[in-house]
Amino acid sequence: MKAAVVVFPGINRERDMARTLALVSGVAPAMVWHADTALPPGTDLVVIPGGFSYGDYLRCGAIAARSPIMEAVRAHAAKGGLTLGVCNGFQILCEAGLLPGVLMRNARLRFICRDVYLRVEHSDSPFTRGYNAGQVIRVPVAHGEGNYIADADTIVRLEGEGRVLFRYCSPEGDLDPAWNVNGATNAIAGIVGERGNVLGMMPHPENHVEAALGATDGRGLFAGLVEALKRAA
Amino acid sequence: MKARVTVTLKTGILDPQGKAIEGALRSLGLAGVASVRQGKVFDIEIEGSDPAKAEALLKQAADRLLANTVIENYRVDVLG
Repeated sequence: MKAAVVVFPGINRERDMARTLALVSGVAPAMVWHADTALPPGTDLVVIPGGFSYGDYLRCGAIAARSPIMEAVRAHAAKGGLTLGVCNGFQILCEAGLLPGVLMRNARLRFICRDVYLRVEHSDSPFTRGYNAGQVIRVPVAHGEGNYIADADTIVRLEGEGRVLFRYCSPEGDLDPAWNVNGATNAIAGIVGERGNVLGMMPHPENHVEAALGATDGRGLFAGLVEALKRAA
Repeated sequence: MKARVTVTLKTGILDPQGKAIEGALRSLGLAGVASVRQGKVFDIEIEGSDPAKAEALLKQAADRLLANTVIENYRVDVLG
């Protein structure tokens, strides 16, 4: 798997992401600077990691979404290339118009840094083929703006087309407002674009991939991507 | 030329920051505050002296960057 991690000023999770990609796929990803205008040839997966690009100035992800490299990311996604945005990366994909909706301030206004439980809604996506539908995974979140909203028509479409891949849930997999950490509409934690090749999610699967760190629930996402690419080849 | 772009949240979009400010105003004992919505103001200086051109430019700026039109409305005022 040839992955590329996009690096913006103010991003701080790019090394966690690179480490995970190398660990799971066996190949170190290319690190691509925001001012670059092209991705390395043959890139299979583009990852926009978490952090605070441009200090979250104006709106989270707004300035990064308009930087030069994003035209190349847009072209990659348009030709069906796998694209993953985590945390600030999700906010950037929304601001860039590659995913619908917006991440608003957390309903209780606090920055949340803790483990959450996610229910995997569908396993027939390259991003979730490493899990079973209905499976509950534990991964961390670290964000102040993760409260997903979109207009009612968009929510209906996302739900109707099975594009919600992850929801915040209880450890047993129940949807309960008490476990919807940021107040997101329909407890949405991660969605894919119309063609299913662009995933944005607030939680950080890249941080739960090694037993030494307590949990490995995030590994399935990356292992699934490696497998999906192998099968496509 | 001076101009101002005002960005406000659309009706129906939840504004937790506005709500918190509303609560703080009440706790100051300021009676009569019915509700608060928080927005942004951009004061921008424009080169040249054509107000129509300035307005067109600022609309582009607002559409492409200053506002996220999924959740926000904007208003452009060229102040001359």
